[in-house]
Amino acid sequence: MRHLLLAAAALTALASPANAETIAITGGKLVIGDGSAPIEGGTVVIRDGNVVAAGAGVAVPANARTIDASGKWVTPGVFAGFSRLGLSEVDAVNGTNDKSGGKSGFSAAIDVAPAIDPFRSPIAVNRSAGVTRAVVAPEAAGNIFAGQGAVMDLGSDSDAVTKARVFQFVELGENGAAAAGGSRSSSHLLFRAMLREAQDYAAGRNAYDDELLRAEDAKALQAVLRGEQRLLVRVEAANDILRVLELKRDYPAIKMVLVGVSEGWRVADRIAAAGVPVIASALNDLPATFELLGATQSNIGRMKDAGVKVSIGMTDDRDSHQLRYTTQYAGNLVSLQKVPRATGLSWDEAFAAISSGPAEAIGMGDQLGSFKVGRVGDVVVWDGDPLELSSAPVAVFVDGVEQPLGNRQNRLRDRYRTPQEGSLPKAYEH
Amino acid sequence: MRERFRWSILAAPLALIACSNTTEAPKSASADAPAEKPAKLNKDPYPSTYKPYPGVATAIRNVTIFDGEGGRIDNGVVFFAGDKIQSVGGPDTPIPADVAVFDGNGKFVTPGIIDIHSHLGDYPTPSVDAHDDGNEATSPTTPEVWAEHSVWPQDPGFSRALANGGITTLQILPGSANLMGGRSVVLKNVYARTVQGMKFPGAPYGLKMACGENPKRVYGARGRMPSTRMGNLAVNRQTWIKAQEYRKKRDSGKDYTRDIGMETLAGVLDGDITIQNHCYRADEMAIVLDMAKEFGYKVSTFHHAVESYKIADLLRENDVCSAVWADWWGFKMEAYDAIPENAGILHNAGACVIIHSDDENQIQRLNQEAAKALSDARRMGFQISDADAIRWLTYNPAKAMGIDKMTGSLKPGKMADLVLWNGNPLSVYSRPEKVWVDGALLFDAADAKRRPVSDFELGQPGEGDVK
Repeated sequence: MRHLLLAAAALTALASPANAETIAITGGKLVIGDGSAPIEGGTVVIRDGNVVAAGAGVAVPANARTIDASGKWVTPGVFAGFSRLGLSEVDAVNGTNDKSGGKSGFSAAIDVAPAIDPFRSPIAVNRSAGVTRAVVAPEAAGNIFAGQGAVMDLGSDSDAVTKARVFQFVELGENGAAAAGGSRSSSHLLFRAMLREAQDYAAGRNAYDDELLRAEDAKALQAVLRGEQRLLVRVEAANDILRVLELKRDYPAIKMVLVGVSEGWRVADRIAAAGVPVIASALNDLPATFELLGATQSNIGRMKDAGVKVSIGMTDDRDSHQLRYTTQYAGNLVSLQKVPRATGLSWDEAFAAISSGPAEAIGMGDQLGSFKVGRVGDVVVWDGDPLELSSAPVAVFVDGVEQPLGNRQNRLRDRYRTPQEGSLPKAYEH
Repeated sequence: MRERFRWSILAAPLALIACSNTTEAPKSASADAPAEKPAKLNKDPYPSTYKPYPGVATAIRNVTIFDGEGGRIDNGVVFFAGDKIQSVGGPDTPIPADVAVFDGNGKFVTPGIIDIHSHLGDYPTPSVDAHDDGNEATSPTTPEVWAEHSVWPQDPGFSRALANGGITTLQILPGSANLMGGRSVVLKNVYARTVQGMKFPGAPYGLKMACGENPKRVYGARGRMPSTRMGNLAVNRQTWIKAQEYRKKRDSGKDYTRDIGMETLAGVLDGDITIQNHCYRADEMAIVLDMAKEFGYKVSTFHHAVESYKIADLLRENDVCSAVWADWWGFKMEAYDAIPENAGILHNAGACVIIHSDDENQIQRLNQEAAKALSDARRMGFQISDADAIRWLTYNPAKAMGIDKMTGSLKPGKMADLVLWNGNPLSVYSRPEKVWVDGALLFDAADAKRRPVSDFELGQPGEGDVK
């Protein structure tokens, strides 16, 4: 059994899909996804699932299947920078909701990978909206450490996990304080104490006890302590951000990424100086909690201007079903450019914030998120500007494989296009 | 945000109780009126004190106009003065000499956006427990509560809805924990020290009702009725019977003991109070329509009506509106069959469509939600104009709330509630540039002072920021 599991894991690790081919998509408005300007009439060539060339004047290989994208936009697939995709079918139906393992007694050891189900309907729905990859995080419950998250693809095949255990997720704002017994003092103490226990565990010290961490949790934190696994830290308030940056000073090996960060603009210089990437909520502008008093839609733009490496993620925001909002959110940041005193993103920056940005933040920018040579062939052909509300994908490729764009919602739509029942009940229309 | 969302799931809109818009006419006691007649019931004991703020006569010319009733005028002129729309027309429409004139080249004007389903004020931000004032979840029927008695006028959400969403009118509903959740209140989106200072003068009340999962879950979990959908109906019907009896007693001319819950239900049966009914599933809506016939009332609007598309014909025949999201789905079982083409199929079948928010964030982007629904409708081949989609946010909700004679479209004589957008409001790249309520300029993107800052935000980080 163990052997089988390992073999399956090996197969899913960025492997080329079995039915890969050489595809050239030509003539479209080509977006590389790295923040550069779109290229009119550009070409992207995918071979065996990976990008081999992209740009203007790229030759089409002789054996390539050519797709004419004239009049269309061609972009890397949308990369959802933070989600719970694949972990829930119907949120309020417990049996279908795997977001949190809070009652298990485990924390850092929790691994979302086995729960990610590519056959859940949100996968197909979001795929047909152009989302091809997602950061998938567990939801914290009863502990500051939520567990280990993955990167998944939204292909229609049965292997959704691109890479398991990419990061550990920890809550250190209001949620973290609540999980730690009621205060930020206790959440910071707990954070340090749990890492100390994990170090003791690794050192085989007698002092190790399992007061805070089960052995599995202590084991799971080793990769974080060694900097082999990123630590995604949820924080929102300016002060919480600064205090987390101090933790980074005390644990220099830890590779930290901040998530949420609604007040990031207030301490943007400090985040930039620390070199910590940010996956931020795009449109928070209300004091939903006291840690969001300074929230503004200009947050991302201001952080960007201050030199922060910032991208977009949907943290606790319809995160299992509506990753298709990602393009709309990016478009809204572009709209801010026309609003006096607001700070938005240029179109090119906005698209990078939903493609290469999150891939780089989680340390997979060399494999995912853009059309740079060697990245996986996640491609979307759109019938218009991908950030505009009237646009939609006409073709989606994941790992270089063209994907079906139908989903359960389309079937309901087609059945009820004419609402009346005919010579037989609607149940016979299929 | 997560908490708000979950709350929304629970707090599906309760039907608003429409109240008659005015206090019963103060008896113009003629000399020979019977002296002993019982004092007339004051139907408006918490009257609106809202008065339009000062505005200047203004014309916008060379602008694209969506009039809210499906009309579009290119290179048009809108002129308003004295808190009312004066004229709307093409480039030749006369503009008086001494008025402020804006050139609207490349810009668009719409009526003020109307959200028929909001919990601003009764679930305000910050979303702390102390602010949970939307569900009187202590009995499955609480027609006696009025949402206006929960509204916190300092909710920062009102300002975001104005500045980012161009919202000028909104209906605040009780939540959906109860079958009969209480009365709604219709507000002008204008900060005031009191809720009375926000109340839309002359707007009918609504009664919020709720079908489905929420009431049966909330009360079933406590081991009391209703715990099933059939229990939901039974409790509703028993309550309507009591309301009919109360109404008979009230109208008998004899002394009777007042019951403020029953007054609301009797007001529904009188036709003074509109029914705003949270209802997701098509089959449940059909049952509610029969219940309305059984007891002689009318449903104005089904809210969160994610399955309306399945019975678009029935809804058209019964003249009932569907207030819908563009694309919410899957957060609970009764939202499982939601599809993004819901609005399009309804519109195409000739049924009334309203785009609503139930959300302090999406109320800032109702125009974008309409744009998504429009796009999905067109993609399945339906021909729907931009101007028709704007109707989903303006005239249709106004009609469903009983205020269409006063606002909801750009017609001479109506309230000068309007938004000047810096581009087509159905584009993700457009934002409100100026918003007028009753002719008063209450938001101007170019003027940092022409933007409300609630008491709560004064002296806080980000005070007066662009948000």
